[in-house]
Parts: sequence; C-alpha cells; structure tokens
Amino acid sequence: MRAARALRPLVESLAAVSLGLAAGGVLIWAFGHSPLAAYRALVVGAFGSREDLLETLAFSTPLLLTALTFAVGVRAGLFNIGAEGQVYLGAVGATFVAGLLPLPPGVHLLAATLAGMTAGALWALVPAVLKAWRGVHEVISTIMCNWIALHLSMYLAIHFLAEPGRAERTLPALPTARYPVLSEESTLTAVLFVAVGFALGVYAYLWGTRTGYELRLAGENPDAARYAGIRPERVVVLSFVLGGMAAGLAGTSQVIGRPPAWSLYATLGNVTTIGFDGIGVALVGRNHPLGAVLAAVLFGALSQGGRLMEYEVGVPSELVRALNGIVVFAMAVPELWSLVRRRLSR
Amino acid sequence: MRGRTWLPWVAGGALVVAAGRLLEWAGLPPVPLLETGLLAMTPLALAAVGECLNEKAGLVNIGLEAIFLLTATVGVWFAELGRSGYVGLLGGAMAGGVLGLGLGAVSVYGRADQIIAGIGLNVFALGFVPFLLISLWAFPGIHVFPNELTVPRLRTPIGQVSPVTLGTVGAAVLAHLVLHRTVLGFRIRAVGERPEAVDVAGLRVDRLRLLTATVGGILAGLGGAFLPLGWFGALVKEISAGRGFIALACVVFAGLEPLVALGAALLFGLADGFASAVAVTPGVKERVPFSFVAMIPYAVTLAVVAVVIGRRRFPSTVGRPYARE
Repeated sequence: MRAARALRPLVESLAAVSLGLAAGGVLIWAFGHSPLAAYRALVVGAFGSREDLLETLAFSTPLLLTALTFAVGVRAGLFNIGAEGQVYLGAVGATFVAGLLPLPPGVHLLAATLAGMTAGALWALVPAVLKAWRGVHEVISTIMCNWIALHLSMYLAIHFLAEPGRAERTLPALPTARYPVLSEESTLTAVLFVAVGFALGVYAYLWGTRTGYELRLAGENPDAARYAGIRPERVVVLSFVLGGMAAGLAGTSQVIGRPPAWSLYATLGNVTTIGFDGIGVALVGRNHPLGAVLAAVLFGALSQGGRLMEYEVGVPSELVRALNGIVVFAMAVPELWSLVRRRLSR
Repeated sequence: MRGRTWLPWVAGGALVVAAGRLLEWAGLPPVPLLETGLLAMTPLALAAVGECLNEKAGLVNIGLEAIFLLTATVGVWFAELGRSGYVGLLGGAMAGGVLGLGLGAVSVYGRADQIIAGIGLNVFALGFVPFLLISLWAFPGIHVFPNELTVPRLRTPIGQVSPVTLGTVGAAVLAHLVLHRTVLGFRIRAVGERPEAVDVAGLRVDRLRLLTATVGGILAGLGGAFLPLGWFGALVKEISAGRGFIALACVVFAGLEPLVALGAALLFGLADGFASAVAVTPGVKERVPFSFVAMIPYAVTLAVVAVVIGRRRFPSTVGRPYARE
C-alpha cells in the first residue's frame, strides 16, 4: 500500500503523458498521417542512436531550467508563467558579456553565465514587486512582461549586439565564453551539468534551508505561514528571483552553450517557446526539482524526435507543443485520477 | 463600484487628447487614433464582458488568449468555406462556445485547477495554431485570405466603425442589464457568492456555471474571429499577441462589472490602437523605434492594473470548484 502511494505521482504523470500522446495521435490521424509511423519516427529520432540521445539531452537542458522556474513558483503558491520573457533577457545578458567583453578564460564563462542569470532575475523582479506590494495577479503581469521582454530583447539584439554584415544574429560568444562541447556529433555542451547542478541546488535550498522551508510553507498553507511570522512579500520576491535565475540560465545556455550559432538570433528564434514548454515539464515532474530532471528528458525527447517526425512523416513539429498543452491540461484535472482509481478498485 | 463607471471613459478620453497633443507637439501628422482604438477595443471588450459573467458565477478562464488564437484560425477557415466574413464570425463564436463549455465542464465536473487548465489550453494553442496553419494552408506562420472576406465597416461621423464594435457595446449593455435586472443575473451572482445556498434552493450550480462559461466562450470566440476578419485582414500564428490577458486585465480593472470592462477595453484599445497606428503611419513610423511602440499596450496595461487594483472584491468562490458537503 505504501509503495503504491509512493508510485502514485509517477503513475499520474505517465497517464497524463499517455493521454497527451493519444490525443496527439488523434490529431495526426485527423490531418491525414499515420500516428504509428509518426510516433515511430519520434522515438527513433529521440533515442535511435548515440547522437540522437545526446541531442535529446541538449534539448532537455533549457527545459529543465524553465521547469524549475514554474516549479519554484508553484511551491511558493504562485503561477509564474513569465519564464519566457526571463529567458529572452537572460540570453541578451549573456550575449553582452560573452560577445563584447574580452575576459580571461574561465572568468569569462563564469561572468557570462552570471550575467544571464542576473538579467533573468532582474526581469522577474517586475512581476514580483507588482505582486508583493500592489497585489497584481502574476498571470497577467508575467504575460505583459513577456511581450515587453520580446520587443526589448529584439531592440537590444539589433541595436547593440548585431554582428556587422550579419543581420540575422548577434555577435557570437567569444571562444573563452563558450561551454565545452561534449561530443562533436551533437550540440550538447557542459552547460548540461550546470543545469543539473542548479536543479540539485534548488532541491537542497527548498528542502534543506529555513528560507526554503518558509517558501514551501507559504505555498502550501499561506495562513499558517503568516501566523508563523513569514512575510509573504519576501516569499514572492524570493521565488520570482530564484525562478528568474533559472530562466535566465536557460536563455544563457542557448547562446553560450549551444553550437553552432553561439549567438542569439535577431528574431530570438533560438530561445522562443522554451519558457512555456517548461510548464508542462514542471507539472509532469510534480513541481519537484528531481522530478523535473526526468520530465525534461522526456520532453527533450519529444522536441528532438519531433524533428524526424516532421522530416520523415510530414507532421509539423509544432504538434509537440500542442501535445505539451494537452498534458498540462490533463495534469490540472484531479477528478480524472480519482475516477480512474474508482474504476480500478471496483 | 457602479459609481466609478465613468473612470475608464474619462481616462480614455484624456488619453486620446494627450496622445493627439503629443503627436502634434512632436511635429508628427495625426494618426487615425479613435478608429483603430475602437477596432482594438472590440475583441478585448467581447472577451472581458464574457469573463465578467463567468467570474461572477465563480469560474475563471485564463485561456482567453488560447480562445482568441484558435477561433481566429477557425474563423478564417469558416469564412473561406462559407465565402463570407460573417460565416467566419459565426464559426469563431461557435468554436469559442465549445471551448468555453469544455473548459467549464472540466472545471465544474473535473474540479480542475482552473489556472493550470487555462495555462494548458494556452500552451496547446501555441502549438496547435501553427500546426493548423501548415496543415490547412500549407504555409508556415501566416495566411492571407481574400480581401472580400473581411467584414465591411460602416461610415459614421467618427470614422469607419465595424458593425461588430456596435454589437460589442450592445453586448456589454445587455450583460449589465441581465446581471443586475433579471432573476438569471441574480442567480449568476448568487452562484458565485453562495453556491451552497443556490444548491439548497433547488437550482443547478453546475448548469449556471456551464452557461456563463459557454457565453463567455462565445463572446471571446467572436472577438477572436474578429481579429483577422474584422481588423487585420490576415491571419498570423501569434495574432492575439497577449490580448487575451489584456482582456483579463480589463476584468480585474472592472471588478467584474461589464460596463466598466467595456470602458477599460476602450482604454487599453486606445493604447493598442495608438501603437498600431504609429507603427504604420508614414512620417511617424520612420522616427519612432518600432520596438518601443510595440511595448505600449503591454506597458499601459501593466501600469493601469498596478495603479487601479487594490480594493477590488471578487465573488467568494471564484476559481474554486463547488462540492456538496
């Protein structure tokens, strides 16, 4: 019985993902493709070879980080859907230091990474302050901030970071500010370890420190937290800043941790949708840093495999994001699970 | 609350005058501010009025953005099938109703976390709309439909106005009257505040909430179809551009009063219209960086919500599913 209870979150997550895959299959079929062929290509594309597996991990890296953004928010009782904009500004911040500022090796990589994380955290402060002191609902403020961040980042990329003669992207990161490529056959770099390290750090912080405990208490039981003297403003700011750092790092990872461009596209094309994709990853990972690691591999596989699905079967890879939405939707419905359980126990 | 109905109207008027003066002062030619502002107001107001009813009854739909995106696409598809912009509007409204009903059912019977479900719908639309664009029209990201499918505008003393805009004002007034002058409106308000009392009185909590969720979806769907068919004349994959969330800001601003929401939509619509007009008016667009113009609607929304918010009172059960004890 206890084992069953411990497995329940895993079963629920897998059920939601299965539901998403099933619904995606119906969509694939409805638009005239074979779901079996499409999903076969997806699996082969994601896990078929060593290169594919490494590429899957390269896609997982930023998703893990934006999942942490959402997860930390939920743990504090907030719906931070602003990772998207924090990713953009993180990427811009990292590009400034990596592309323009010549620094010695080692220091440069560290400085660029910290610049990206700081930019993400600063951008997250806007909805944090509005929430903490004006009571503005974070769902509205984070989306407004995402759109402002989009235009601000494109402006900064075009006017301050453009590479002369190449309008489509910014200055590439100087070689001293690039994460080492782990294997020549994929775009996976050592930034993966930084991302996993950050996840472990978040875990240690939330479950191992006093302020981390306060954050979780405020999310689980706001009244008890207030009674215990925990200031809600502090929790809001803390969770947004932590989430912003994670999202900023996600943006950073796509600039100084992802060949071959080593730069930010002027359209922000190589960092868009990462923020929203992380929400599903967080929920499937049960808003737990370690769960997010596993879920990120799953969703990274969908992103990587989706490319072969599009190439071989002709199903637009955007389907993967639709599928992600269905999974989020399914995770929102607790009655679905109790319904299933009642059926099974009868 | 109802005494403050004038606030957004006065603010909107002041904004028009101020924006006009600003352009004059900068030596720039005037832009068709009010015309574009009314176009931009329309989808915001439709979605906001519907969401006022929905939240009065105790549900929250933060998937308005997704409904805009999906019904804009479905609307254009219907318009091309029926060879008429009006068929497209109808198709969008129907699709919106289905989405609203679906989300309502999941909230009422599935007792879903309504915020998460709404986020899920939004993420779904972010992927499904580009997927649909490629699947239906074999071209990524954008679809330009024949010009004759756009809904024609009426000539009025204040410029060209879409008939949908007039319908929107009518819908807001109607929603206000239903909410405050009818038994149904009384029940809607009661089911948001005291669902258990409504239940004990022998009325169906679930049906009342499904009704407002569906009506909200229909209105948002009409607004979504209006974006390409009544305003832009083309469909792009991010056509709603955050407007679903600006509509939510209108609802918050209005404290769930449909008429105030209409005023708020005009205020935000003018900001949106101002940005759109500046971005396309020759002689102006060359001198103002587009990026900053494009930020205006979002920055205004953020600023207004931050200033106006505060002591807004929402129904006691908003966002929480009802279960019999």
